[in-house]
Amino acid sequence: MTGPQLEESAGFDRSTIEYIQRAAASGLYEIRGLGAKRRVPNFDDLLFLAASLSRYPLEGYRERCVTKTLLGTRFATRPIELAIPITIAGMSFGALSARVKDALGRAATDVGTSTTTGDGGMTAEERNSSKTLIYQCLPSRYGFDPDDVRRADAIEIVIGQGAKPGGGGMLLGQKVNPRVARMRTLPEGVDQRSASRHPDWTGPDDLVIKIKELREITDWEKPIYVKVGATRVFNDVKLAVHAGADVIVVDGMQGGTAATQTVFIEHVGIPTLAALRQAVDALDDLNMRGTVQLVISGGIRSGADVAKALAMGADAVAIGQGVLVALGCNSESYVAGGQHLSALEDYTRLGTAPGFCHHCHTGKCPVGVTTQDAALELRLDPAVGAKRLKNYLKTVNMELTTIARACGKQDVHHLEKEDLVALTVEAAAMAGVPLAGTSWIPGRAV
Amino acid sequence: MANLNPVPNSREFDLARDSLRDLNFFMHRQAAADGVSQIQVKNPDGAHSIACGLNADLQVEIHGHVGYYVAGMNKHASVTVHGNAGPGAAENMMSGRVHVKGFASTAAGASAHGGLLIIDGDASLRCGISLKGADIVVGGSVGSFSAFMAQAGRIVICGDAEDALGDSLYEAVIYVRGKVRSLGADARFEPMTDTDRATVKNLLGEAGLVHDPAEFKRVASAKSLYHWHADADQEY
Repeated sequence: MTGPQLEESAGFDRSTIEYIQRAAASGLYEIRGLGAKRRVPNFDDLLFLAASLSRYPLEGYRERCVTKTLLGTRFATRPIELAIPITIAGMSFGALSARVKDALGRAATDVGTSTTTGDGGMTAEERNSSKTLIYQCLPSRYGFDPDDVRRADAIEIVIGQGAKPGGGGMLLGQKVNPRVARMRTLPEGVDQRSASRHPDWTGPDDLVIKIKELREITDWEKPIYVKVGATRVFNDVKLAVHAGADVIVVDGMQGGTAATQTVFIEHVGIPTLAALRQAVDALDDLNMRGTVQLVISGGIRSGADVAKALAMGADAVAIGQGVLVALGCNSESYVAGGQHLSALEDYTRLGTAPGFCHHCHTGKCPVGVTTQDAALELRLDPAVGAKRLKNYLKTVNMELTTIARACGKQDVHHLEKEDLVALTVEAAAMAGVPLAGTSWIPGRAV
Repeated sequence: MANLNPVPNSREFDLARDSLRDLNFFMHRQAAADGVSQIQVKNPDGAHSIACGLNADLQVEIHGHVGYYVAGMNKHASVTVHGNAGPGAAENMMSGRVHVKGFASTAAGASAHGGLLIIDGDASLRCGISLKGADIVVGGSVGSFSAFMAQAGRIVICGDAEDALGDSLYEAVIYVRGKVRSLGADARFEPMTDTDRATVKNLLGEAGLVHDPAEFKRVASAKSLYHWHADADQEY
């Protein structure tokens, strides 16, 4: 005898039923952290055509492969010079603890790259530990201070974020502790909303003037970045170029967040792969490749991802979630007093487990990364976190140069689209590279 | 090049001849070394970003109309516009004083953290949007969505207010003398206290305006949107 056969609905599967029943019980949408969990075409769908008889490789362990990266060479008199093309994406103090911001700065400084502030302003910890710090100018202007503009190495005007383009931001009350509240001029414990529009300008024509104001304030020394969440990327990049940006940051839908509506994370924006191709097309269309630098972000994880991004035309990448994972996000344990201590019970209390956690919004991060709780934040020792992150960034960079050498490049920026093929028709169409084993790029004549 | 005035601590810039860059650079980097504390600006002709990013106790007099972001992110300085101002006057001001003798366009005093912004005439849409602690006194009326998401600070409106005044307010307080076409979400009228009347009197005095504080109404946050819950009729 066998029991009744259970047949799960494709349309109303257990996940959908859970969503509807939770909505019915709460009357509120779900909010969570990190990025899209659905599978979308991504860099894993591309492969490199390394050297063989028709290409000549560099010796992998001996020959030099340059990773130096210059950003902001268009108008700024003091461009950003980085040792590697891998930067730390903007993440707020509020979402992250001050100790985490400190760790990010230490690691970035050690490997010669930049960190970026986020909503809520600049902490002394991150300024002190970061040799190169990019200061975000966000719609909320929480904690925005001209003294910090003067202390920054570049300014990044944030139009949108890949996880939630057009959506502003939020920081739930449990993370608005006294210091966060003071920096953001908000009541302690309030469920804070960040505006989705800048308060003092409304469109691309205004952005031209806003950028010039920032240039005047910084005496034209500091590069001005413009960051967009990936939607209508081709047009947005062209408008940002026309507005006078030195650097454009495009954040794809796999980009992370500390707290956003799930419906936003999973259903708004386009994949990083498609966004990057559109951004490069826009720069090419304006003949601005090399004049305006392009930074791509949103789900970048490995040296392979970075190499593919550079081959497609990015000048650099920015990493957020990968950086948090390197610090210990979703680890089973945290380090205290030189010992690895289990965090499993804390994951269980949140109703999750290592490898699945996206509970940044709760402020109860079991490993002390995305928290403002005085006890939990101690679970991240800045020195330990910085060491782990430095290791990760070095590994990613080594992977990048390994691939570049195999493709015969003496400079990682020499990687090119011709080095790539796609595994799927979708990725071939989005990236604009041939399907592997063919010369076919969907949408283009053979 | 700038001209030397007979007054030793004064410098005049004529934007019909001198560049904006020269003007702002001088105020940022040179004025203190030259012992200059008073700046006269002639022929602004609607230029944007005049006197933005100041970080010193300068007295700046601008004779004419200005464009966007006059005195943006001001610290310490006192800037007077003898004319009208474009969008974002004194945006993100931290301290000091900005006085627009004429009218101000949209987003006057946006996200200003401190200092005093005085507008003798009317202010357009979104006056005091995202205000973070500065004081704003408007001699005339304000446009719609003024004080949107204003977090801290005080706004005194001697005339009327258009739609959605104080939408999504946090802790900022608005005093309005004339009619309010409509209040925004979570904004409400509250009784004036003796402290409120003293505040209005003081701010009017600083702005050189004379009105009876008893004529003003207080608008503040009902705080029903501070914490999200299913029964609040909220759109976000």
